[in-house]
Amino acid sequence: MQEAVLQEEVHEEKIDLKLWRQILQLAKPYRRYVVFAILGTVAMAAGDALFPYMTKVAIDRFIVPETTEGLPLFSVGFGILVVMQSLNVYIFIKMAGKIESGVTYTIRKVGFEHLHKLSFSFYDKRAAGWLLARLTSDVNRLGEIISWSLIDLLWGGVAMIFYAIVMFTMNWRLALLTIVVLPVLAVASVYFQKQILRAYRNVRKMNSKITGAFSEGIMGATTTKILSREEENLQEFKTLTGGLRASSIRAATFSALYLPIVLMLGSIGTSLTLWAGGNGVVAGTITYGVLVAFASYTIQFFEPVREIARIFAELQMAHAAAERVMGLINTEPEIQDRPGLKDEWPYLEGAVEFENVSFAYNPLEPVLSDFSLKVRPGQTIALVGETGSGKSTIVNLACRFYEPTSGRILIDGVDYRERPVKWLQSNLGYVLQSPHLFSGTIRENIRYGRLQASDEEVERAATLVNAHEFIVKLPQGYDTEVGEGGGLLSTGQKQLISFARAILADPRIFVLDEATSSIDTETEMLIQDAIRKVLQGRTSFIIAHRLSTVRSADVILVIRDGKVQEKGNHNELMAAKGYYYRLYTNQFLEG
Amino acid sequence: MKSIRILWNYMGKNRLLYLGAILSVGLASLASISAPLVIRITIDNIIGDEPLAAPLLIRNFVENIGQAFWVPGIVLIIITIFRGLFMFLRGRLASQASEGIAKNIRDRVYNHIQHLPYKYHKEADSGDLMQRCTSDVETIRRFLGVQLVEMGSSLFMVVLIISIMLRADRRMTMLSVITLPIIFAFAILFFLKVKKAFREADEAEAALTTVLQENLTGIRVVRAFANQDYEIDRFDEKNQVNRDKLYHLIWLLACYWGGSDLMAFFQIALVVISGTYFAAQGEITMGTMALFTTYIGMLVWPVRQLGRLLTDLGKAVVAADRLQEILDEPREELVENSEQPPVTGDIVFDNVCFGYEPGQRVLENVSFEVKAGQTVALLGHTGSGKSSLVHLLARLYDYEEGSIKIGGRELKTIDKRWMRKNVAVVSQEPFLFAKTIRENITLASGNVDDEELYAICQQAAIHDVILSFSQGYDTLVGERGVSVSGGQRQRIAIARALITHSPILIFDDSLSAVDTETDVAIQRALEKRSDKTTTFLISHRITSLAGADLILVLDHGRIVQSGTHDELMKVDGPYARIWDIQNTLEAEIRA
Repeated sequence: MQEAVLQEEVHEEKIDLKLWRQILQLAKPYRRYVVFAILGTVAMAAGDALFPYMTKVAIDRFIVPETTEGLPLFSVGFGILVVMQSLNVYIFIKMAGKIESGVTYTIRKVGFEHLHKLSFSFYDKRAAGWLLARLTSDVNRLGEIISWSLIDLLWGGVAMIFYAIVMFTMNWRLALLTIVVLPVLAVASVYFQKQILRAYRNVRKMNSKITGAFSEGIMGATTTKILSREEENLQEFKTLTGGLRASSIRAATFSALYLPIVLMLGSIGTSLTLWAGGNGVVAGTITYGVLVAFASYTIQFFEPVREIARIFAELQMAHAAAERVMGLINTEPEIQDRPGLKDEWPYLEGAVEFENVSFAYNPLEPVLSDFSLKVRPGQTIALVGETGSGKSTIVNLACRFYEPTSGRILIDGVDYRERPVKWLQSNLGYVLQSPHLFSGTIRENIRYGRLQASDEEVERAATLVNAHEFIVKLPQGYDTEVGEGGGLLSTGQKQLISFARAILADPRIFVLDEATSSIDTETEMLIQDAIRKVLQGRTSFIIAHRLSTVRSADVILVIRDGKVQEKGNHNELMAAKGYYYRLYTNQFLEG
Repeated sequence: MKSIRILWNYMGKNRLLYLGAILSVGLASLASISAPLVIRITIDNIIGDEPLAAPLLIRNFVENIGQAFWVPGIVLIIITIFRGLFMFLRGRLASQASEGIAKNIRDRVYNHIQHLPYKYHKEADSGDLMQRCTSDVETIRRFLGVQLVEMGSSLFMVVLIISIMLRADRRMTMLSVITLPIIFAFAILFFLKVKKAFREADEAEAALTTVLQENLTGIRVVRAFANQDYEIDRFDEKNQVNRDKLYHLIWLLACYWGGSDLMAFFQIALVVISGTYFAAQGEITMGTMALFTTYIGMLVWPVRQLGRLLTDLGKAVVAADRLQEILDEPREELVENSEQPPVTGDIVFDNVCFGYEPGQRVLENVSFEVKAGQTVALLGHTGSGKSSLVHLLARLYDYEEGSIKIGGRELKTIDKRWMRKNVAVVSQEPFLFAKTIRENITLASGNVDDEELYAICQQAAIHDVILSFSQGYDTLVGERGVSVSGGQRQRIAIARALITHSPILIFDDSLSAVDTETDVAIQRALEKRSDKTTTFLISHRITSLAGADLILVLDHGRIVQSGTHDELMKVDGPYARIWDIQNTLEAEIRA
């Protein structure tokens, strides 16, 4: 996580062409729109260049000779230009919209599909919020860049060329005078745009800190009250808002400085043309129209320069976003099916065998070493031990959420790496300590176990695990919304629903990470009964906290520091009077 | 109108800065419209020999220049310098003002939220509150800092330009403003209409984010049921809706910009063509014609802008209203009778009644008595009133009838915050702040030396866990630091409570996520230290409660049983029943 935060800070200066080429590949389906966008943009730039020229024509062709002959034709031409230009604007925006919405759609789709190929080791290293930001704000930024920024960049380049062509054909000497300040302007623009973006990025950072503080203030309000810490909190918060104010003013100052500087440089160009042009008109080498047109061009000419500078600065900043998104898409999944596996596989019986399995999340800290275990189909294995002892690792390996670093795991006598991941995982039932429900109704959540299940099957599963009774008591019964993350239900209710979901899937292998108590005794009894029913006839791994579950297990493994310290059924372990015995009798010391 | 007064009130002391900003806006506008005047004079009066209708001073100045064209050039640069200066001032002052205002609003809202009563926070929708504290404040800040100033600037421009135009030529002025009302109305109508599209696009993105978020947090569930394809389809559907809504919005914008550009360009063409006609006829000078063609560009775009800005005013008003709703919530009464007597652990409840809603009692005629140093255990269903009872002690709520005496004093007469300083509450799901572990533990106690800190943490059975973190006690908790498990969180909160040495300690099911062995260890440590401390214990784990001096069994807000473990076991009642359920295995183990 720390590392991930750091990654966002670096990579700012250079533009990696390979990366952008890959991104442009993703824009390929929208080629047609890109072509139209380019055409619209070029036409628009031409139109922008023509407007001041129309004034020149008006002066030199009509006003100076004092004639209105040909004015209707001129008006018609002007009218066509007006309509064309509006149309160009429309096409330009429409096409950019097509590209933006399309590209974000495609990148998100590719990214999301890829997320489902990645292994859990990937998720363990990254916070959900971090990943979420990649596929939301980062993708949005990429979409904007590819559509608007690149098109704006094109407009800037083409407009500059058109302006230059018109100016040089009218009068190359004046044109040179106008362009004289251009290099200074370009340098100043790039400098300022960079500073401005950097300053605003600071502001955004401060802003997200404030958001964090607000969230803490709201979520922790009751804690603050209980600890009587209102005053201290406010002082800390004021420091943050003060910081935000300072950095915002700094950013605003930078941008307030930039435009005046551009205007000043521009006015030098205008003054030079006015001076040289005025003399030229008096000397008769320059027409009135050219002078007036130049007065407009000197101002207009700088806009594309500003645009280009802005986009270059933006591109540099967007580079980090691009890199993060593409980094995600380019991550190789650690667990993949071997190439050339067929689709049809035999029925899974549920025999699981660990053969000298070792595992480490990172090479320096082995979590499990040389672990062997043979489980017959239908057996229940209870895993007992402290947090961090390696219980969950065994379960994760059995589910093939991770693969052993060395040794083999055999399912029905075959190394599971010789079978597709799906074969095992589609025969798996999984109930977590804090059950995860999806927003939607209770019915939808239970049906998640088997999407084709009928309403009767859903209700039968719920009845089997004692959930039916409380569900029908709810105002909307099975159609009650559970709220985001199941927030509208109690922990006990969520557990019962997740049992129903698991039993509906009818898995061959069942994994249960038991919740420690905090549920009242009656719900507790319902849950114990549900567990008993779910376990029947399935190979089960249970990370156990409940005595009743542990007691009825076929094999109890006491895990300490990645090793099996004790192994056997309840009676055997009680007779051994070891760690298990101590753990067990401790429960009753108080009584 | 009320909302506008609210906005006005927010400005507070920053009004003067704001005035400065507005003044700068005016002066900058004045400078920007003088530039075309210079060009006009250059053409008409310096190159040409039209009579100059201007104050004598300027007329003399112009006549004295003769044909020195560098002079108008310099004048132009000077004007631009002024313009730049005022533009800078406008940006700087406006940001100082608006950032100051935003800071005030943030501080005020934050502090207000902290002081809202406990009940408010228990029922509040934190997502909605967050939204108001962040994006609504941002809307107001943007409106005051950018949009209002722009609005002022646009208004100045429109007024100044039209008045200069009127002096230059009345007929041309009429022709110049003919479409402006339409452009203005079009902008307002459009942005009012398009609100829906904006909202729909936001909602589509939110729906997409929800699916993404659920997949990221529930990735194990998705995999365990092998529902990847289902999720990919579900996401694709939302992704498509999002794409289409976004495109629809941009398409609407394309229509707006294209349409308003058509009108604006038409207006410009009209001015150029009619100006040309009148100039060719000799009815206006060439300089005037050039003046109008320049001014029309400076007039049309601000008018279009004004329409859009007015709709932003609408947004700011809505945001201000939503914030005001929070600020209108009454704060918790704190200073009624602020007595701060020494608090002891002698507690008497005498027929206490309490309910959250009138007419719905959560506690009914609760009476019991505890001596300092005793332990009280509370047992009962979820919703039986256990938590409400202990919350009364911390004065998070006020009882309706009966009396509670602390050390002989009526609880209602004791200062709320003083009481909270003397009652340490540990809840089931304690909140930790995004600070270091050390800071989290010492939040309420202020500085303590390491020796005591370690001793307390050993009592809470968390010391060794903390030392195992990479930075020990200085490890950050939360998103940017370590993620702590539910049990670790509870133990840190216990340390946070113990370190205050409060005479009254409340454990509201706060050992639920701790394994039995640790639970026992903590209980023993507590027994050793509690000489004068009165402890309230809520738990579903009945063995944890058995050692208490007084056990209260609650049902629907009434005490149905009270006594010690031995006393209650002799009676056939809920306590003995629950004990039997939870300990069916006891006999077997002892055998």
